[in-house]
Amino acid sequence: MNIAQALDPVVTLKTYFPDVIQEVIEFRDEVTIVIDSEQIVRVMQFLRDTTGLIYNFLSDISAVDYYPDYGHRPGRFAVAYHLYSLLYNRRLRIKAYVQEESPSLPTIIQIWPAANWLEREIMDMMGIIFEGHPDPRRLLMPDDWNGHPHRRDYPLGYETIQFSFNVEEIMKHKVKGQK
Amino acid sequence: MESRSTPNQFLRLGITLVILAVIGGGLIALLNGITGQACLNNLSSCLTNNGWNPGIAGFVPILLGVLGVATFPLLVTILLIWVERKFAARIQDRIGPNRVGPFGLIQPLADVLKLLTKEDITPTGADKPIYNLAPPFMVASVLLIWAVVPFTPYHYGVDLEIGAIYFVAVASIATLAVIMGGWASNNKYALLGAFRTVALLVSYEIPLAMALLVPVLLAGSMSMVGIVEAQGAMWFMFMAPIATLLFFISSQAEVGRAPFDLIEAESELIAGFNIEYSGMKFAMFFAGEFMHVFTNGVLMAILFTGGWWGPFAYEAPLLGFFYLMIKSSFWYFISLWVRNSLPRFRVDQVMNLNWKILVPISILNLIMMALMLRIALGFEQSAGIVVTDFFSALPRTGFLLIGNVVVLVVVWLWLGRQGRQQRQLEEMNRFSVTATGD
Amino acid sequence: MANMAMTTAAQNEWQGDLSELKGLVSERALTGETMMLNMGPHHPSTHGVLRLLLELDGEEIVSCIPDVGYLHTGIEKNIEAKTYEKGVTLTDRMDYLAPMSNNMVFCMAIEKLTDLDVPERAQVIRTICLELTRLNSHLVWLGTHAIDMGAMSVFLYCFREREMILDMFEMLSGQRMMGSYIRPGGVWRDLPQEFLPALETFLNYFPAKIDDYERLLTNNPVWIDRTQGIGVIEPDVALAYGITGPSLRASGVNWDIRKTSPYLTYGHYSFDVPLGEHGDVYDRYIVRVREMRESVSIIRQALKHLTQASGGFRSNNRKFVPPPRSELGQSMEAVIHHFKLWTEGFSAPDAEVYMAIESPRGEIGCYLHGTGGNKPRRVHFKTPSLIHISALSMITKNHFIADVVAIIGSVDIVLGDCDR
Repeated sequence: MNIAQALDPVVTLKTYFPDVIQEVIEFRDEVTIVIDSEQIVRVMQFLRDTTGLIYNFLSDISAVDYYPDYGHRPGRFAVAYHLYSLLYNRRLRIKAYVQEESPSLPTIIQIWPAANWLEREIMDMMGIIFEGHPDPRRLLMPDDWNGHPHRRDYPLGYETIQFSFNVEEIMKHKVKGQK
Repeated sequence: MESRSTPNQFLRLGITLVILAVIGGGLIALLNGITGQACLNNLSSCLTNNGWNPGIAGFVPILLGVLGVATFPLLVTILLIWVERKFAARIQDRIGPNRVGPFGLIQPLADVLKLLTKEDITPTGADKPIYNLAPPFMVASVLLIWAVVPFTPYHYGVDLEIGAIYFVAVASIATLAVIMGGWASNNKYALLGAFRTVALLVSYEIPLAMALLVPVLLAGSMSMVGIVEAQGAMWFMFMAPIATLLFFISSQAEVGRAPFDLIEAESELIAGFNIEYSGMKFAMFFAGEFMHVFTNGVLMAILFTGGWWGPFAYEAPLLGFFYLMIKSSFWYFISLWVRNSLPRFRVDQVMNLNWKILVPISILNLIMMALMLRIALGFEQSAGIVVTDFFSALPRTGFLLIGNVVVLVVVWLWLGRQGRQQRQLEEMNRFSVTATGD
Repeated sequence: MANMAMTTAAQNEWQGDLSELKGLVSERALTGETMMLNMGPHHPSTHGVLRLLLELDGEEIVSCIPDVGYLHTGIEKNIEAKTYEKGVTLTDRMDYLAPMSNNMVFCMAIEKLTDLDVPERAQVIRTICLELTRLNSHLVWLGTHAIDMGAMSVFLYCFREREMILDMFEMLSGQRMMGSYIRPGGVWRDLPQEFLPALETFLNYFPAKIDDYERLLTNNPVWIDRTQGIGVIEPDVALAYGITGPSLRASGVNWDIRKTSPYLTYGHYSFDVPLGEHGDVYDRYIVRVREMRESVSIIRQALKHLTQASGGFRSNNRKFVPPPRSELGQSMEAVIHHFKLWTEGFSAPDAEVYMAIESPRGEIGCYLHGTGGNKPRRVHFKTPSLIHISALSMITKNHFIADVVAIIGSVDIVLGDCDR
């Protein structure tokens, strides 16, 4: 079988989508391309289908919350797509920033069905809405849950362990909480 | 806590006493049953002589006999649960029950006690009368079979002329019990289990009955007692191995034991039809199943391996009973062995096995046996052989055995060819799917 | 969803609203023509707390909606509140059948983020542990898969052998399952003396036991009937749905991260990657059983390698790895390092890395984003079980209930891995 020459994803993307790339980061041999969140579907389709790139496997979608001081970044949230090319055996990270005011991104489920639950998890945990997702229910948390636990401003709650010496104190708070 | 546990302990003590009384009574009744009809007759005449009303005096031994016959399988079940658990444990490289009593022998009794004290739950929306009737039906269907079981040459509940038909009729009550339980539980899993059961049991009745007809043919009698009597010269297993195999397989399916345990397939339907039952009602289903498996062993012994026949069985009836139990246990152990080593069939595969393989073979086998028996009888008549002992039965046995082996080989080859063809077809399908997938 | 398929105690009538299922089930379910069956979360063969909402036409599956989250424990959120080293203990609890793989991927991500080098000996020890974990996980898989299909004895045989592996883990870390043995920079401690003889005994004993399992199952007609042609995943579909690991290889796609991008010392060893042809339940079974044999061979090679491997069992970089206790009495610097590491922990740059390794179930990935401080900003685990469960509705379509059980068993899911 003839395998086409591997292309550099950054150079190729810059050629075909000159205004989409916002930033290119290289850290510990990992290439991250920050792109415009509006263009995500087109870019993904291009990366998957272009000869010489063929990033045909979606490894992971993760979301980051840069909460307290995200001033120097273009948005509060970022969604990182980890792609893998079985043909050329290399990985690529595509990153898109999402604004706090309108946390939404287009879904890429039509390109990779694997994105289905990964996007649902982010919807659930980060509160980032994926427009066009066919099944936008919460994945892990109960349906009637308030808030999005993985946001940095969501407190890491805990329950005081109940002993005989503090049981009254705890019960008092519990009753208060129920009211 | 102290004050609460006292009445509970009294309750437990009471229940223990009741159970001990039942067991004791059962044992006495059993002894009466074993010491023989002659003694029972003596008892009634003895009572009449002592001034009892002859009607009542005649009824007392019958009552005792019924009690004995009905209690014996229940008692055996308690032991069987232990045997099954120990045997399965040994197959699976475990120890099995070993805490309660010596070698864990009392474990089943402890389980019974536990089940007795458990809460009896009736689900909301259950059809109560039917829901409550199902477990007794299950146990009754098995107990009724024992009525026609000849324990020794002299001891049996009743010698029915139509014992074989009676067996088929009574055994299908279990099917009824299962669908009653499954339907009335108001649970989807139970319903699915009941569906499967009806499909499975109704279809496996056919090869079962067909296989049952073969010993009837050979013995020339439908009575269980007659069938056993006819095996004095030669066990039917050697004359009709195919029927033996068919009966064994379909009786396994009839009980719903692995590999046919998809009625209660615990990994699919959790518990199947008895999912909503708890406490003693569940125990009745459970005991019913165990008893049924052993009863099948007993039937295998009666129909194909000579029942109570053995050295000195006529002289010492208890020995005959012993032989019967040994033979039944043999079949029971084979069933356990199969259960612990095979995976479970799927529901459509079970149906395939039955309708495409077992039913045709059983019909073919019945016709062949009838024809060949006719020929053998004709030959014996012309040669002047009267079948009385082992050697005089050899010609007939040899003839029938050869016929059976020929049929077996033909079926084996045919099935092998079918299997290969199907496998090739499947392979082709699978490859074509992969090809279009690319 | 919450009140689906439940009957209220009072009226024996289902009170839910079917319209919320629109689009997820077929039209026939809305009219009541097909039966909705709630399978799980308390069901013996959903391997944990998976809940499947099945739409049944008789016994045939029309649609299957998996519902997860019953085992969600907020591990990722908790790691964000802990120093890097403390986070390792939490990762054990994700995929509780292969805890070492989780340790490994998290530690590798940390090591990549902080640019920490690990000595060769530590890498070899890690390789041995990972392969033992693979055996451990595959044994549980085989046992539960077999008992799902009704073969009870295989289940107990598998757990008998697994017990030996757990005993070895206990020697290593003092814990049978949640050992947290693999730490950033190496492993927690050197191999104890009794470990290598125990491992040798196990390696001599185990291959014959795999033969035993195969004798019970591989050529068993009932097993073949139940598994061949069931739950077929075609290779391109498998890739699109993100299926990885043995399930992907059973479809004939040759992708094993141990081979394509060798981590640890896998590059030094020669081993085969078993491939299937049809992508059905049977092939997934065959692939995993062969993988067990390969794992044994890898461990044997690693044992040979261990005698020549240089370096200690963990890195000597005192900024990341605490000094051994023996140094604490002699060196002031060691005391300072010890104190700093166990109170504040080490810091990692404000950057992101993604590491993926081959866990027994497939590609487990760890996305780690540092803050520049001692705690991560975000940890996200890409877990194979989550992806495999999301593909269940596609695989189970038009199969029987009994096949659903077989399929769930064959894709090998762990709900702790899925829900985290």
